[in-house]
Formats: sequence, structure tokens, C-alpha cells
Amino acid sequence: MYNLPREVILTTADQQRTPASDPSTSDATASAEARSSVDTGESPSKNLERIARTLRRHIISMTATAGSGHPGGSLSAVEIITCLFFQVLRCRASDPEWVERDRFILSKGHAAPLLYAALAETGYLPVGELCTLREMDSRLQGHPDKTCTPGVEMTCGSLGQGLSFGIGVALAARLNSQSYRVYVLLGDGECDEGQVWEAAMSAAHFKIDNLVAIIDHNKLQIDGWNREVMNLEPFPDKWRAFGWHVVEVNGHDIPQLLAAFEEAEQVKGRPTAIIAHTIKGKGVSFMENNVDFHGKAPTPEEADRALKELA
Amino acid sequence: MKEFSSTREAYGKTLLALGKENPDIVVLDADLSKSTMTQFFVKGFPQRFFDCGIAEQNMIGIAAGLASSGKIAFASTFAVFATARCYDQLRMCVAQPHLNVKVVATHGGITVGEDGLSHQSIEGLALSCALPGFAVIVPADAVETTQVIRAAAATLGPFYVRLGRPKVPRVLSHDYRFVLGKAATLRQGFDATIVAIGTMVSRALEAAESLSQQGIDCRVLNMSTVKPLDVEAIVQAATDTGAVVTAEEHLEHGGLGARVAQVVARHQAVPMAFVALKDAFASSGTSEELLQRYGLTSAEIEKAVMSAVSRKKR
Repeated sequence: MYNLPREVILTTADQQRTPASDPSTSDATASAEARSSVDTGESPSKNLERIARTLRRHIISMTATAGSGHPGGSLSAVEIITCLFFQVLRCRASDPEWVERDRFILSKGHAAPLLYAALAETGYLPVGELCTLREMDSRLQGHPDKTCTPGVEMTCGSLGQGLSFGIGVALAARLNSQSYRVYVLLGDGECDEGQVWEAAMSAAHFKIDNLVAIIDHNKLQIDGWNREVMNLEPFPDKWRAFGWHVVEVNGHDIPQLLAAFEEAEQVKGRPTAIIAHTIKGKGVSFMENNVDFHGKAPTPEEADRALKELA
Repeated sequence: MKEFSSTREAYGKTLLALGKENPDIVVLDADLSKSTMTQFFVKGFPQRFFDCGIAEQNMIGIAAGLASSGKIAFASTFAVFATARCYDQLRMCVAQPHLNVKVVATHGGITVGEDGLSHQSIEGLALSCALPGFAVIVPADAVETTQVIRAAAATLGPFYVRLGRPKVPRVLSHDYRFVLGKAATLRQGFDATIVAIGTMVSRALEAAESLSQQGIDCRVLNMSTVKPLDVEAIVQAATDTGAVVTAEEHLEHGGLGARVAQVVARHQAVPMAFVALKDAFASSGTSEELLQRYGLTSAEIEKAVMSAVSRKKR
């Protein structure tokens, strides 16, 4: 696999889990690597905010270059992905199939540009490859394809299926006495799918506590506001009623997100749902809460404006 | 005297044996373990069994997750629910990533009987064969079922295995060896070939016996692997016998007949005839009543053979 320039890896790897939050030996490996990295001198949150801005710029450039794709729901989940890939997940870009890795499953597969940007900035993919999004034979297919992209845990894009898959992965950890954790990112509109609730019921039934569902609750889906298309409320109560531990956070607030992931690790005997209240198109003024940018790429002019805002 | 036995019971017992041999075998069911016979495994290995309730889509997703983490995941329910009900899950979570999920569906075809059309899987082979990378197998009897299940466990990748509800006569000898992708010649002949699967294999043999008394010697192929097809055996049969008849407990379109016809048309065009269900749902009734009503009998196979033979070029 292509190796990223060292400085890109350093800005990211040094934000992986601290030894204090996880003392197990397998984590110590990643942490030791992290601690040997150059200290940027920034506070962890500031550094993550900087990374989030970089990911947003990638999302704009990638979708504008491709001329299609889903910027809105990618931009809303940027802080969630930033916290996971640059702090929470134990994983090794140099060994994507490492058996003890934490698993991240992008159930809302249309946020592929965001996932690819994070994989590039963590060293799974060359950053230069990001401009091939949606091209014929690119490893960066329109929706994630497990068979061709390092770091992509599951083929997704047909909504509602990632949580079930995550349950299977989490159960395998129990059977194998492994300590990895499983994180599944869902969209709120995705929760219209009945299979999500089949999965929610069974995860609680099987008492799975190494599984976290994060719902990017940006309140918008293709045909409009959730409450108008298909009302989800009372949304947090639904997850509680299905037997989940529920944490609600501002999904753009990095300390809140990190605290929620910490809290989830302490919950035993049941899964945790983090309902992250977000803004679709977050970070680009004319895309925020604008459903037109769910599945439409910015024009070159719009991309210029967006990149100036994200400078 | 014919010896009848249940393919699903053979499945359940084989799963239990596999469970003892291989700790990576896991089994999932959707509230039908007493019917699919995964109950044998439940008793032996409760920690490796996951009852997903009446939620087939979730079951397939969980099976895929287990398989992607190194497990050999057998997922069972009735055939009608194991295909149509969770088709997109099979497509996205199993076929595309080519995961080690073995969908073993029982109660296939119309011989489910009295439960009626909601429970009769008449299109499951068309659906499963359309999934890229899937192996699709219909064992003829309990002897073959045991070996098919072992082959599925030993072969990386997705499988769809269709079993039936009623007991079926043993048609294969106890020393029969199933080979994935290979047809078994159960009777040699040079006037016509009957290619059959599942419940129709015993009827094909009956038809061949009757036809031999009328001077027509039929070759009978047990084409238990519907995908990937044994192209060589079909081409050889078409070449040697000049007429091919297929027999299956499935719709005429998209199943064994359609697949064999494609091979015959491409490689060695000869007259063909098809014994299968027409484009309609079936009624409630006993297995035997339904087979008679919908023409899945040895008599219909005989007629089909006569038809194909009569169309041979002299």
C-alpha cells in the first residue's frame, strides 16, 4: 500500500487513545506509536477541529471534482468521524485487517466522501487518490465497497443494513474473546427502514455492549424534514424502549462527542446509541440545512465559495 | 422397498457433527429451529446459536457480520423467507462482499403443501442464481444433503442450499460422493437425457424405467449444483442423446430448465422440454395432490421426453 508522507500520519496518529483511557496491551501498541509522534502543541480538541476542517475541504473538492455525490450528509457527520478516526478507534492504517482493530461501519453509505477523506488522512489511502471519487475503476466507488477499499469494513449504500452487520461483528468478538469495539454510523432518515429496528431489538436482546450506534441526526432527508417525510419522534425514547443506553450530544461539539464515546465504553450489558444532533451541510453557509445538497455536488463556483469559508 | 428420509433432518444432524469438529461454525435461525432442524445444533452449542426471531433481514446481516469476522455462518429459515424476504440483504451483505454465509433453506417448492402459496417458494432458485458468486444447490435426498452441507462448510463463499419439507426416497447409494459443480449420472442412456433436481430426481428415475420398457433409454443426471452448472455434462448429454428434458419443483422461468437451456443453446442445440411450474401460484393441498395438479410427476416427465425425442432431426 502507498505510504503517506510522514507528517500527515503524525498530525493524526498522535491523537489516538491515551494510555490512561485504555491500559490494555494491544492499545499500548497504538498509544506508544502515538506518544513517539511529534507533539503539535495544540490541545486535542483544537487539533481535531483542524482535522475536521480539512475533511470538510476534501468533501467539497471531491464531490465538486466528481460532479456528483452527497456533500450534505457528509458534512453533518464530520466531527463524529473525526473523533472516531483520530481519537477513539484502535486501528492500524499499515495493517487494515489487524484482527484486534476496532470496527467502523458506515451504514449511511452515501457519506462515502467523508469516509474516504478520513481514510486518506489516517494513511489508509493516498490523499492524492481522493480526486478519483466515483470514477470508473476507482477504489473510491460511489458508495463504499468492502472488496476494493482498505479500511472499508462493509459494502453499504442500501440503507438500513449496517447495524445488523455490526451486531454480527460484535458477537464474533464475544465468541472469540476479543476486546475490539464496533461503531456503526447511521443517518436519521435511514431509521425509517424497518431493519434498523429489527437490529436495535436484537442488539439489546443479545446484551451486546461492545457496539455503539451513532445516529447523525441532521433532521433532513431527500424529500424534506424528517418530521414531514416520516416522523421519527420520540426518537431517543424509541432507542431507550428498545433497550439501548442513549446519549444525546451536539454532534459538532468535539468534547461532547468524545465524552459520549467514553461513556459508551463504561456501559455494560447493553448497546449504546449516541444521537448526535447535527446540521446538514454543516460548515458551508449556503449548504447548511439545505436539502438540495443532499445528493448534489457543488458547482465549481460553489466549491470555490465553500473552500473560502473553510479556509 | 424405497427408503424415505428427511433432508432437513440430515441437515440438522450434519450441523451438529460439524459443530463438534469446527468451533468456527455458527448457526442462525428466524424462529423456525424446530422445523429447519437447527434445533440439534442449539442443544449441542447454545453459545454458537443465534435465534434472530421473525426478522430474516436482520438475520442475514448478522450472519454476514459473523462471517466477515472468521465464522462459518449457517442461516436457516423456510425457503420463501430465506430468499424474497431478505433479498437485498443477500445481495449487499453476502453476495457482493462474497462472505462465508451458508443460507440453508428448508420447505422449498410446493411440497410444503397445506400451508399454501405464502409458504411455497417457487422462485427461490431464480432469485438465488441471480446473485453473483453464490453457489446454489438442491440435494436429491438425505444422503446427498449430508455431503452438500459438509461441502458448503468446507468451501469459502456464499451458498444457497434448498431442502424440502416432506421425507423423500433415497436415490443415491451410501457411497455416493457429492462434488460441487458436478452432475451425477444416475442412469446411462443414449436416446434422451433427463436433468433433474431435488424431489424430481426420484420421479425422473421412475420415468426412465418406464420409458426403457417402451424402448427409449434415458440418461438421468442429478444436477444438484444448479449454479455453477456442470456445463460439460450437459453438453456431453446433448451430444450423446440429442434430446434434453429438465425436471424441477420450481417455476419454469429462471430455474434449472432455463439455465440448462442456455447451455444447450450456446453449445449443442438439441430439442428440449421442461417439466416445471407454470407462471402461477399454487394451491393448498397435500404434497402428492399438488405434484399431480401441477404436473410434477413421472408421467409428465415421460410425456416431455417423448415430445423432445419426437422433435429430433432424423
